[in-house]
Amino acid sequence: MRSILIRAAVFASGVCLAGLVSAAELRVDAGDGATEKLVEALISAQPGDTVVIGPGRIELTEGLSLDVDDVTVRGAGPDQTILSLKEQTGSGEGLLVTSNRVVLENFAVEDAKGDGVKSKGSDQITFRNLRVEWTNGPNEKNGSYGVYPVSSKHVLIDKVTVRGASDAGIYVGQSENVIVRNSRAEYNVAGIEIENSMRADVYKNVATHNTGGILVFDLPNLPVQGGHDIRVFDNDVVDNDTANFAPKGNTVAMVPKGTGIMVMANRNVHVFGNRLSGNGTTHVLIGAYPKDYDDKNYMFVPRGVFVHGNAYGEGGNAPDGEVGKMIADISGTPVPDVVWDGVTRIPEYLSWVSAENQVYVDEQEGTSFINLKMLSQLLLPWGWWPDTDISGYKGSLPEPQPVKLPQDGGS
Amino acid sequence: MNNLGYVRSLIAAMAAVVSFGTPAQAISDTVVLAATPPKQLSEFGFFEDLQKQMPASGVVPFRLATPLFSDGAEKFRFVYLPKGQAAKYDPVEAFDFPVGTALIKTFAFPADYRKAAEKLRLIETRVLLRHADGWQAWAYLWNDQQTDATLKIAGAKVAISTIGGDGMPLSFEYSVPNKSQCKACHAFNGKITPLGPKARNLNTDYAYAGGSENQITHWTTASMLSGAPDLAEIPAAADWRDVTAPLDKRARTWLDVNCAHCHRPEGPASNTGLFLTYGEDVPVRYGVLKRPAAAGRGSGDREFDIVPGEPGRSILTYRVESTVPGVMMPELGRHIADPDAVKLLAEWIASLR
Repeated sequence: MRSILIRAAVFASGVCLAGLVSAAELRVDAGDGATEKLVEALISAQPGDTVVIGPGRIELTEGLSLDVDDVTVRGAGPDQTILSLKEQTGSGEGLLVTSNRVVLENFAVEDAKGDGVKSKGSDQITFRNLRVEWTNGPNEKNGSYGVYPVSSKHVLIDKVTVRGASDAGIYVGQSENVIVRNSRAEYNVAGIEIENSMRADVYKNVATHNTGGILVFDLPNLPVQGGHDIRVFDNDVVDNDTANFAPKGNTVAMVPKGTGIMVMANRNVHVFGNRLSGNGTTHVLIGAYPKDYDDKNYMFVPRGVFVHGNAYGEGGNAPDGEVGKMIADISGTPVPDVVWDGVTRIPEYLSWVSAENQVYVDEQEGTSFINLKMLSQLLLPWGWWPDTDISGYKGSLPEPQPVKLPQDGGS
Repeated sequence: MNNLGYVRSLIAAMAAVVSFGTPAQAISDTVVLAATPPKQLSEFGFFEDLQKQMPASGVVPFRLATPLFSDGAEKFRFVYLPKGQAAKYDPVEAFDFPVGTALIKTFAFPADYRKAAEKLRLIETRVLLRHADGWQAWAYLWNDQQTDATLKIAGAKVAISTIGGDGMPLSFEYSVPNKSQCKACHAFNGKITPLGPKARNLNTDYAYAGGSENQITHWTTASMLSGAPDLAEIPAAADWRDVTAPLDKRARTWLDVNCAHCHRPEGPASNTGLFLTYGEDVPVRYGVLKRPAAAGRGSGDREFDIVPGEPGRSILTYRVESTVPGVMMPELGRHIADPDAVKLLAEWIASLR
């Protein structure tokens, strides 16, 4: 309301609007009453304001929320300004943003009982130089998601670190136009997960010591489905060796320890220029959604996946869990670098899969590969064999344009 | 806690008695419509006697067939409409209230649930004010003397210590929501909206001073509501405690009131794909064999929101009986479980095939 009044006054007096609607700085320092001051600052902030949180630790008993457009929340650094939720008794996340053009930067959220930092329905949301951590290490009682934009548009996640999430460290759900870069995800079940989202670039991240490094999923029975146009490139996906600690019932609970990059369902996914090593089940796993579901609109098989130019180190020596065993029973150990379950839809199995919907693998000489031909295994149990000849999968798909975000100098 | 229904009728009777024949007190439309809310609840002039929750003339008490569970708090609900104006009837969503409307709700706890109408301690009064640019939501925290309540933007924690309906001591910390938490439930496509005053949930009798009457009839007669069809055509929610009502209707009504403000396509939990509005008729959307999308540890190692016939394997019951933040549902507005509700949901899930 204040800014509306100012704007009206500005309009009446003909003065330059940008000059007068000055951004205020609301400062909150750790210490007595900091929690209440911070809650009040996030409520009373006006568009254009910056909420500055000084160094130190602020103990919160409830999650915070921000519902004002054009606000920046800035700490003194991800190891200096710490919002701790160890004593949390209410709300589902540490910080929830439901407004547009918001920047969250330079602070940490620790030990949230639910999710760490979430945006729901935001347009132009930036998570920069944050640390979201469960400080007791991997534990199934940890919160689910660390950095968690959902149903959002124009999402920038840059230089964040997430540790210990019992689902996904960086989880982008049902969102469009997304960049995840320069970030580090470790000791989570899934390091980075892009789910039911459109147009996402995931690059220059490190995903290590998770159960699975980077997951690109499309799931049924959600309001937004048909994730597509995802580029995963120039990431280090190494030593993902943490036992799966996700509570059962969650999709990521099926991810075997030691999965590098996994593509499940989805359309037009490009995986290239990544460095993968030390992933004990397999470096790249491509597959259909394996569970039963009730959703006529859902496409359960991946449509158009192009894996090329990645560097593979040692891996596949310790296939884990049900999925790992299922693969290794067919492939033997070490499991090949790139594994495709080979599941297509029955009509396509009986005829052909059109070029834009196929899986293409174009890797350096010596890269190992297997098409498990799971559908053949099911349909022709006595006349079936897997395919390990990588040369038969050469080809390419047109790459999506780089994602550009207004808050990142794009249009 | 089992005699809440009894408490409710006592309170209804009390409100009915006190709202009759009291001298008119001016409600300040200026205060209702001011850009900033007053510091004290008394400044609105909604009450003839604040402490006794006696409404001023023109402020009408109402009740809901099935209310939201808020840690077992007893609630006093009132509506104020600016003179000569009426709300517009809607068969499904909250009525469309005119600018200048105030919806008022006071939360109170008895000292002992076995004598629940005595020694009520008023905790907070929430107001929803209809402005030209939408609804404003504010919470007022009652003082210890119980003489007035003060605007509390950043929320508050209040220690509650009472005796439960079973005679056992019951202590917990109650949360008065902060301003932005209001929207965590009251958001419809991102805009604040009332939740309670829907046709189906108001379509029940109230013990007015002049006798018991259907609320929608009463509102229509008093020109507070326009456009309502014949009562026979108006949907009616069940009282979830009414064991003579069909189990399915009671459970779906409970879910509608306690969950669907978030769990609907227009609500804060739209991304889950779990939609618990009363009218949702696709089983997988209201949870039947639906896998969780973002439950995390809220799954409790269970695979589906609802497994027909198996409440013990259904995430729904796990989250409704939990009091652990990050697991419990709803996320806000409760710290203790409602065992009667858990029982109802378990019976309902057990009955599903």
